Amino acid sequence: MSDPSYIKRPNRPLQVYAAIFLIVLYVPVLFLPLFSFNDSIYVKFPLQGFTFQWYFELMEREPVLAALRNSIQVGIATSVFSTGIGIFAAKAITRYHIPGKGPIVGFIMLPLVVPGIIFGVALLVLLSNLGIPLSLYTVTIGHVIVCLPFAIATMIPRFEGFDASVEEASADLGENAWWTFWRVTFPMVFPGILASLLLTFTVSFDEFIMAFFLTGTDPTLPMYIWSQLRFPQEFPSVLALASIILVVSFALVFLGQWINRDAHAAASKGE
Amino acid sequence: MSAPTTHASANAADLPRTGRFGRILQRSETMRGLSLLTPTLVIMTIGILVPFGILITMSFWTQVGFGFDTAITTANYEAAGERPIYGALLKRSLYMSGMATVATVLLSYPMAYFVAFHVHRNKMMWIVLMTLPFWTSYLLRVFSWKVVLGYEGVINSALINLGLIEAPLEFLLYSQSAVVITLAHAWAAFAILPMYVSLEKIDKSLLEAATDLGDGPVARFLRITLPLSLPGVISASLLIFIPTTGDYITPALLGGPDGQMIGNLIQKQFGAINNWPMGATLSIILMLSIGAIALGFMTITNFVRKRIS
Repeated sequence: MSDPSYIKRPNRPLQVYAAIFLIVLYVPVLFLPLFSFNDSIYVKFPLQGFTFQWYFELMEREPVLAALRNSIQVGIATSVFSTGIGIFAAKAITRYHIPGKGPIVGFIMLPLVVPGIIFGVALLVLLSNLGIPLSLYTVTIGHVIVCLPFAIATMIPRFEGFDASVEEASADLGENAWWTFWRVTFPMVFPGILASLLLTFTVSFDEFIMAFFLTGTDPTLPMYIWSQLRFPQEFPSVLALASIILVVSFALVFLGQWINRDAHAAASKGE
Repeated sequence: MSAPTTHASANAADLPRTGRFGRILQRSETMRGLSLLTPTLVIMTIGILVPFGILITMSFWTQVGFGFDTAITTANYEAAGERPIYGALLKRSLYMSGMATVATVLLSYPMAYFVAFHVHRNKMMWIVLMTLPFWTSYLLRVFSWKVVLGYEGVINSALINLGLIEAPLEFLLYSQSAVVITLAHAWAAFAILPMYVSLEKIDKSLLEAATDLGDGPVARFLRITLPLSLPGVISASLLIFIPTTGDYITPALLGGPDGQMIGNLIQKQFGAINNWPMGATLSIILMLSIGAIALGFMTITNFVRKRIS
């Protein structure tokens, strides 16, 4: 028992549990693509045969394509804006001594925890009081608030992971703050920035709650899906659309996490 | 922390290169930090504080036809106290998300434990795998449970095909349990991270010490691992309980009449019912209830932690 490696001994039941956990985590979502290829408008077993028809049908629908364009526009604007602002916030939080930093960070991270419906209706009430009509711009504002905490949380480990003295060296060698940022800080945290862009784009692209309250006449893709859920005959094409969105989201998030992987490693080792 | 100070003084000697504004900024580390934070704080103020202030104000207004009577009154709060439907929905929401929280934490803890203690290679891969679903569309994950639990969904049609049941099991969809299952599944990825982080931080030599002093695996877990991972368990619980209480997508898609939550009612006040002030009141009440419960929970767990450590 005194052998310290006993902790590393493989634990068979726990391994089985972990495998089941991952299966249960992923399988419900995998039914969406499975039935999207099913040649029946009913979502039930037994499967009726393989078809691409629901996907082809999607391509011909103008509202789907319009919603897709809306979502991409909102997603790009949201990710660029929240990442751009988030860089400075992440740097301030990791580098500088700021009185009341804890409460400030807590405040910034609020959207991660507070129910989305509260922010959604609060923003809706503000906009209607100001007489601002709902549009893709208002959706973008909502998404920036949701995405900023994600952007900052993604980039903080990057700033923690690199040595501040490099920035100081640059300053000592005569660069001003602007060029120090572009020639030293930016390249060092670039993977974090890229990850943040990908992750916030995905969060915005998939976001529904804020969009529900803040969308005007142009729906985003999740809003379009929501509006179609009422019609059973639309189920298969919704499944096809959902499958495409899931594959794209998984790919983007995976890529983002992969780019940023050593930041995670550094952060978990440092703690 | 002393490093940035030397940075600032190094720059002070270099004044001609920076403008007056830059000099003011560089004089104080705090000022520079705050100026970097300003855009974020401005956005968050416009996006959170101001709307929230107006939401509170509106909760004291009343709806008159299609407009608002902006005279300050507590009528909405009184109505919320008197009409039993509001209290019942709030209680049910707290109960259902409480159940979802307990289920998620209990089911995710072993997983977090496994990755923290038993995965030695490709740890990052496991963490990404566990958290990946969290980043993808919430709406679609909920929708996928509708497909799984539906009246003619995956489970029912599979069981009928296998000849195990004659008619679809109706309790699967449109019930509180459907909502709790879906919530637990949807938030599992979020729950794992804080628990994993606190388990990962545990100094392994403490476990060795406990073993050397004669503790078996169970005693070791109960006396070392569990207490030290409690902070992660607490934050995981709050991270699930708080947002799920206000959820309205899951109950709307899977809850049926018995599974509706307070979020659905709030949403209706801003939609079909069109009584925004009442919706604002209910949002405030929801926030206050969540806040009170979270605070109580943290007080109790803090007390317990002090007792056991």
